[in-house]
Amino acid sequence: METRNKMNRRLIDHQLFWPLFALTVLLVFDFFYIKGFFHLEIIEGHLYGSLIDIVNRATPLMFLAIGMTLVIASGGIDISVGSVLAISGAISALMIGGDLVFVDGVQHYVARYPILVAIFVALVVSVICGIWNGLLIAKLGVNAMVGTLILLVAGRGIAQLIVDGNVITVYYEPFFYIGSGFFLGLPFSIYLVAAFLGLIMWLIKKTAFGLFLESIGSNRVSSRFTGLDVQKIMWACYAISGLCAGIAGIIVASEVKSADANNAGVFIELDAILSVVLGGNSMAGGRFSVIGSVIGALVVQTLTTTIYAIGVPPEITMVVKALVVIVIYLIQSQMGKKTVKRTVKTSAGETALKTQEAKA
Amino acid sequence: MKNLQINSKFIPLLITIALFVVLFAAGSVSYRGFFSMQVVLNLLVDNSFLIIVALSQAMIIILGGIDLSCGALIALSSMVAAYSMSHLNLPPALAILAVLIVCSLFGFVQGWLITYRKFQPFIATLCGMFIARGLCFMINQDTVPITDPFFVSMATMRIKLMPGATISSSVIIALVMLALYIYIAHYTKFGRAIYAVGGNEQSARLMGLPVDRTKVLAYTLSGFTSGIAGIVFCFYMLSAYGLNAMALEMDAIAAAVIGGTLMTGGVGFVIGSVFGVMIEGIMQTLITFQGDLNSWWTRIAVAFLLCVFIVVQRVLVLRREAKKRIRPVEFIE
Repeated sequence: METRNKMNRRLIDHQLFWPLFALTVLLVFDFFYIKGFFHLEIIEGHLYGSLIDIVNRATPLMFLAIGMTLVIASGGIDISVGSVLAISGAISALMIGGDLVFVDGVQHYVARYPILVAIFVALVVSVICGIWNGLLIAKLGVNAMVGTLILLVAGRGIAQLIVDGNVITVYYEPFFYIGSGFFLGLPFSIYLVAAFLGLIMWLIKKTAFGLFLESIGSNRVSSRFTGLDVQKIMWACYAISGLCAGIAGIIVASEVKSADANNAGVFIELDAILSVVLGGNSMAGGRFSVIGSVIGALVVQTLTTTIYAIGVPPEITMVVKALVVIVIYLIQSQMGKKTVKRTVKTSAGETALKTQEAKA
Repeated sequence: MKNLQINSKFIPLLITIALFVVLFAAGSVSYRGFFSMQVVLNLLVDNSFLIIVALSQAMIIILGGIDLSCGALIALSSMVAAYSMSHLNLPPALAILAVLIVCSLFGFVQGWLITYRKFQPFIATLCGMFIARGLCFMINQDTVPITDPFFVSMATMRIKLMPGATISSSVIIALVMLALYIYIAHYTKFGRAIYAVGGNEQSARLMGLPVDRTKVLAYTLSGFTSGIAGIVFCFYMLSAYGLNAMALEMDAIAAAVIGGTLMTGGVGFVIGSVFGVMIEGIMQTLITFQGDLNSWWTRIAVAFLLCVFIVVQRVLVLRREAKKRIRPVEFIE
């Protein structure tokens, strides 16, 4: 038992080691090749610099990665996050909008609905999107990829209908604070991520949710036999993922001061999955690390910024990202083989089967 | 009993065909000029590349995998074809050959990663998609026109079937691919192996089927087919751009599922994909004929259909599983 614990601990160390290593490599590269990359300065009490910029830009992706980690840990996948992001952005932008009014001859923009109401509605709709995914996948047992494919296809259409095919520009200034405001010298969105991450970590570490999640991700059938309410947990994962996408949508809308249902969050689901994979999580579910995914999101954003900064055409980012994933997967599959071999040595029962698997 | 089982296998396909007929009938009743041969043929003309990728998508889904790279491969192949002809002055035959080689190579590497390196098909083909899109922009960031006389003549060629009803050369290519796929799926060992692997990989392996070879070959074929679709896409667009055929893979998957291919693998008909594409097309046509609807309703309608079909599939699978449980009792009787 003790050796097992030691091995587990080593594996957990391992999981965070690789994402951090990748981040370090990228940052070291940036340090040498991009002038003033680590330069930080304080302008009007706000901290500015490439590093802050990366963290700030990565916040929507971090939210998506947190939600995606839970879904992937449960053995599923959520490819609808980009569309949910677009829906949430569209709703919040449309509800806030900003009507021009003149007060004493000075022009003001007033929100159509109170900002909190708009955000609340957008988040509720996002959670409903997540619940819909949960209904298909957890309740009806549809393949996760196909189940979320429905919302991926429909969601963008729904977002387009909400904004009636237009790009909605927001004029109401307090709304911009979410995506581009500063609090105590740092971008406000960083605090949002930190708070949300804290909440999720509490949920995972201090309640049984994390354990249950790991259990159903590793083996759904046996978890059910143990008496876990598998459906409810999966449902929760998809709802959280929807919520994350909703928050990300609001941040994006606030950052660009508009909602573009056509282009908001296109392909971001892939970046989210990439972040999760980069975070050392297994796509097969089970053991997971939310922190790892957040670091993964940072790696993705650093990579993007680096590629922009060194003046390579931005489309190359896609090639680099893909190659990075392939390499990571190759490493993972090598390690997987080793673990299989190790178990084969210890358990005589399934030896034949596992070696066959390892060979294949 | 046996008859009933065969029937249940055909149910999704029959629903799809019936739905197509119903949609067409509804359109014919509601809109003047809808009921014509050309409307149906235009579905083929405008969607021939989609039909081709939907065929290979169905095959891959039957195998138990998924191929997300086909849209990006179409963009890449049109880019390779356009660039090699306009900038490298290659003759069209060589350009087409280059396209097919590049796409097959993509498929092969993806298949290899999935089979021998245990990549999830989703991840491997996703990487393929990223790389293909990125390569497009590495080759050229702008729209590259295709002016080659052969391509232009293929693009403008119309074959008259009857007065007032014509099809393009792309349709012929799509139909040839359909015939090829039907032959492969139902009349070759390779096709049977695909169904077997999709049904249950472990038992296919234990039966002594060449599982690994089948998988690699199937993905290579899928890449090759995407190349063909890319060339057809060239005939259709006469230009190449890195963002062409965006999210086409989703349409192809939707078409395959609507066409009755089970996402769990092992069950389906490649011809179903054709009807899946036709249904997607006819909904688009209906919305165009209606005139005052936002074109985004097409996406929502496709998603709705997808949803209905997936739920129907689930019900069918659950029924089959229930049947399986009863079987031992029958055996004793």
